[in-house]
Amino acid sequence: MADDQNLEQPTGPRATFINIGERTNVTGSARFKKLVLEGDFTAAVEVARQQVDSGAQIIDVNMDEGLLDSEKAMDTFLKLIAVEPDIARVPIMIDSSKWSIIEAGLKCVAGKPIVNSISMKEGVEPFIEHARKVRRYGAAVVVMAFDEKGQADTKERKVEICARAYDILVNQVGFPPEDIIFDPNVFAVATGIEEHNNYGVDFIEATREIKQRCPHVKISGGVSNLSFAFRGNEPVRKAMHSVFLYHAIQAGMDMGIVNAGQLEVYDQIPAELRDACEDVILNRRPDSTDRLLELAPKYKGTGEAAEVQDAEWRSWPVDKRLEHALVKGLDQWVVADTEEARLQIARPIEVIEGPLMAGMNVVGDLFGAGKMFLPQVVKSARVMKKAVAHLLPYIEAQKTAGSRPKGKIVMATVKGDVHDIGKNIVGVVLQCNNFEVIDLGVMVPFQDILKTANDNKADIIGLSGLITPSLDEMVTVAEEMTRQGFHLPLLIGGATTSKVHTALRIAPRYKGTTVHVLDASRAVGVCSALVSESGSQAADFAIKVAAEYEAIRVERAGGTKEKVVALEAARINDFRIDWSAYTPPKPAITGTRVFAEYPLHELVERIDWTPFFRAWELAGNYPAILEDPVVGDSARKLYADARKMLDHIVREKWLTAKGVVTFWPCRRDGDDVVLYSDDTRTKEVSRLYFLRQQIEKRAPRANMCLADFISPEADWIGGFAVTTGHGIEEHLARFKADHDDYSDILLKALADRLAEAFAERLHERVRKTLWGYAPDEALTNDELTREKYRGIRPAPGYPACPDHSQKPELFRLLNAGQNAGITLTESFAMMPTSAVSGYYFAHPEAAYFGVARIGRDQLEDYAKRRGVSLEQAEKWLRPNLGY
Amino acid sequence: MTAPLTRAEKADQLREIGAERILVKDGPYGSMIQSYRLDEEGFRAGRTFNHDQKGNNDLLNLTRPEIVGEICNAYLDAGADIVATNTFNSNAISLSDYGITGMAREINIAAARLTRACADAATARDPAKPRFVAGALGPTNKTLSVSPNVNDPGYRAVTFDEVKDMYREQIDGLLDGGVDFILIETVFDTLNAKAALVAADEAGEARAEELPVMVSMTLTDLAGRNLSGQTVEAFWHSVRHAKPLTMGLNCSFGATELHPYVSALNPQVEGMLCVYPNAGLPNELGAYDEPPEMTAKLVKGWAQNGWLNVVGGCCGTTPAHIKAIAEAVKDVKPRQWHALPPALRLSGMEAASFF
Repeated sequence: MADDQNLEQPTGPRATFINIGERTNVTGSARFKKLVLEGDFTAAVEVARQQVDSGAQIIDVNMDEGLLDSEKAMDTFLKLIAVEPDIARVPIMIDSSKWSIIEAGLKCVAGKPIVNSISMKEGVEPFIEHARKVRRYGAAVVVMAFDEKGQADTKERKVEICARAYDILVNQVGFPPEDIIFDPNVFAVATGIEEHNNYGVDFIEATREIKQRCPHVKISGGVSNLSFAFRGNEPVRKAMHSVFLYHAIQAGMDMGIVNAGQLEVYDQIPAELRDACEDVILNRRPDSTDRLLELAPKYKGTGEAAEVQDAEWRSWPVDKRLEHALVKGLDQWVVADTEEARLQIARPIEVIEGPLMAGMNVVGDLFGAGKMFLPQVVKSARVMKKAVAHLLPYIEAQKTAGSRPKGKIVMATVKGDVHDIGKNIVGVVLQCNNFEVIDLGVMVPFQDILKTANDNKADIIGLSGLITPSLDEMVTVAEEMTRQGFHLPLLIGGATTSKVHTALRIAPRYKGTTVHVLDASRAVGVCSALVSESGSQAADFAIKVAAEYEAIRVERAGGTKEKVVALEAARINDFRIDWSAYTPPKPAITGTRVFAEYPLHELVERIDWTPFFRAWELAGNYPAILEDPVVGDSARKLYADARKMLDHIVREKWLTAKGVVTFWPCRRDGDDVVLYSDDTRTKEVSRLYFLRQQIEKRAPRANMCLADFISPEADWIGGFAVTTGHGIEEHLARFKADHDDYSDILLKALADRLAEAFAERLHERVRKTLWGYAPDEALTNDELTREKYRGIRPAPGYPACPDHSQKPELFRLLNAGQNAGITLTESFAMMPTSAVSGYYFAHPEAAYFGVARIGRDQLEDYAKRRGVSLEQAEKWLRPNLGY
Repeated sequence: MTAPLTRAEKADQLREIGAERILVKDGPYGSMIQSYRLDEEGFRAGRTFNHDQKGNNDLLNLTRPEIVGEICNAYLDAGADIVATNTFNSNAISLSDYGITGMAREINIAAARLTRACADAATARDPAKPRFVAGALGPTNKTLSVSPNVNDPGYRAVTFDEVKDMYREQIDGLLDGGVDFILIETVFDTLNAKAALVAADEAGEARAEELPVMVSMTLTDLAGRNLSGQTVEAFWHSVRHAKPLTMGLNCSFGATELHPYVSALNPQVEGMLCVYPNAGLPNELGAYDEPPEMTAKLVKGWAQNGWLNVVGGCCGTTPAHIKAIAEAVKDVKPRQWHALPPALRLSGMEAASFF
């Protein structure tokens, strides 16, 4: 039988280097240490999960911390991860310098773990005793090259100690040699002390010899020690680690506790840096340390890592440190600094009112002066939030009157809409400016908004929305506010909102001041004016806005600039395609193609970065924006953070990309496209209703309708829905718990970009293979971004087919709920939010256009075609109604 | 008379015979005891207890040794080379359910002596077929790898040392009563089994002898995992350091369902492979109705694949099943194994080997 022939196979591909996750180590990770010290084991378990998700083959657990009951912490943590299948699937490395902690760990692990470590430091007797116990518990063991005389530094000592330990373990204790791992000690090189110069060579050569003299053992080491002399210069450290591992692995090093994400690819290290590192590590020339020192500043880079490490400011007085941390957005020490300030100042609230607000005022001034940009402000806010979170319990404890914020604002994304990036940015900026923000989140019904505003005696209500149906919902909120007798200022924001819409449709429905806020940078000014202490300033502002909006209304009422022609006339002026000269291509696939987990790395390169910067209110096109004299610095930092997070997203699979594509045989019927079950085009499965431009056009320009691109005889049309939003919630929750709005907004913005990239990538595959009408397409990324290809993918709700209410039918046809896990809200917003859907048109002349304003005749026609009441159609098409 | 063999020598003897033919292990006590339909007094047999004893099968080693002996003899007559003691629950934790925690040692000694006597009598009747006694350690009803409280995943009802100490008491009783090997069976929780292995290692050290241990895992789901979440290979990596005399699977399911997991263990285990399945899956009344011929036919298939060194029966099997199994495998060559290439073989819930 075949199955008794299954010879032993290594699990997974043969790994040349065993990657041990190092983040669940209190001595190596400040974050993990903090979590464990605070008893936040839930978050600590997540650290372990991320390690495994990001490819750790073994996870190292270390609880050696003076402030901890380390035995208990080891026990608790190992028991917690034991019941998490996606963590506990990999072996554990129980890491401690204390035997009692190791033994506590051994009693908790069902699998076969590695003990890290034992040594002959305290003599042979305890070494043998510990080795016997390790064996009894059934673990493998790391043995440090350490004896009574100390840690082995030279090659000879390393080899001698390891050979001796091997002999004792194998011949006296009966330890299987393949369960022995030697750690011959990685020491710092390039320290300026001459005896240290050969440490790299000593390790590498010892590794080679130990592997020869001690059959079947493995070699491990803690790599980061090596570059200790260059702390503060991450690029050089990374390069040193990579160069070291390159040689040590060749010599036989099998595993290491190393952050795999922080390794440079050996071949990609700049040659001069690589050579300089190699000179140091291999001790190739007497002046190699000096040469690397000389070169190092050049590679220190302008990255955040360098700034974080640049410790000079750490010696400043605490208020200056807080200010610096706020301005630079550095959150590493803020809790400690805040605590220090708290101890110095009588009341904790004064820490906020004093140094923290002073720091935020600097931030506000720089932002106002255009010297700081939104990404940095959001980072500053993160620092502020952490400081405030630290102080809150003390403030609560004192129960004195809190600081008086400038004003209290209730914000929400309205019912039916799930988009909140912009709203969150506004919230952060307002908080930075001492406003109290009560953020109700997304899909908030007006009842909740108004109740919260009442209960909290809010000063302002802010509404946000991205999709056009949200505009209607905002009108509803305004009407309700009137009905309930509200007088608070109402702020309107979000991508589809506009001053004109606010003036025309919302402001007339509400008695209080209604203001459209274009972006976050305007929000502070508007809010400050509205809550101004001097009532007259607030009144002046309200009157000014009211007058401006009235002017808009008058101008619009005075007649529209563009004339709308009759629907009949527009139909006669349709976009003519000579169908006799064209054979519609039949799609290569039939049925539905589902992508359950599309590789994220394929999408990263397709990201169109320009809209990403726009989301952060940084104006300019990518990549030129990175060199922009004004926002370049800000853009570069944001871009670096984004790339870093993208690496995590891809490597640790934070997000899952799901998608679905289907093509249907179809034909045009007037402004409709009729879908059929098969190529005989006899059984109708659905009908898509498109709208036609009615703005008066001058010949030869046509009054376009998407149906014009479909043959009235026999054609095909496609549909798709993609999302990259699955999995995002868990990470957003993590950021939220960490008071980290910056990462929260960054992740959402990246997920949106990935969804667009997915749509682009899928469209390309549709053109080349799935539909296959352009198999030889060869376009550069730039050409792709500029849509130089044949065919379009318009989305319901967007200009060419502006009616969002067509989405449910598209989703039904695609079975998008099951196939891509995307659902729709009552306002037809897609969930997860980072999603794109649409139709595929293949005709070479198919192009994007905007339907823009339509006449009442088309509204009536559309209502009839869709079989709905005029009122219903009016509600759907309100943004396009030009009458 | 020569001096009696040490346990290590018994283990060698078992291996020698095992190289020649497939060895047969007995079946269960539980279902056989049920057939006696004992009432409360039937269990007590005149002794006084503060707690109901009906259902306490292990107590019968003390109160009704004739019944236990009768069952043991039935398996010996059916052809079993290895008989286990009736001590599946004879540990302080499980006996506490019957309010007789303090009687663990007494019961184990009695069970070991009783089984020893039956086995020795059978050996005396047919010296060409020496019989072996395995002292059985059950899994207890407390788990070290899993929290009994869904709201507190870090909680455990017992500690490793408590489990280890309780196993140590049982092992000492069994050894003092004269068993040849220790059988750690029906392991659904790997950490409990590791506690038993540590206890056995310590007991051996205290007696200055090498204690042969048999290990038998059970699967708690059809995906082939035990309660600790481990695959059979991962479990094997967890216990392999103890160099078990036999390693294998018991209980879980019938032979049909166990098939893929026996297949998975076969290339991994350097040592004797021992499997004793249930008589199929229980019917809707909870009873096993796979006839002896069927069980025998299924395990014979394994034997013919070269997968078996020791085979017996678990839940639902009877002396008739054991007899049919013994008959079925008697002319089939035993499994041979090869040393695995040296590798760092670790495990979590899954096995991980680094070469």
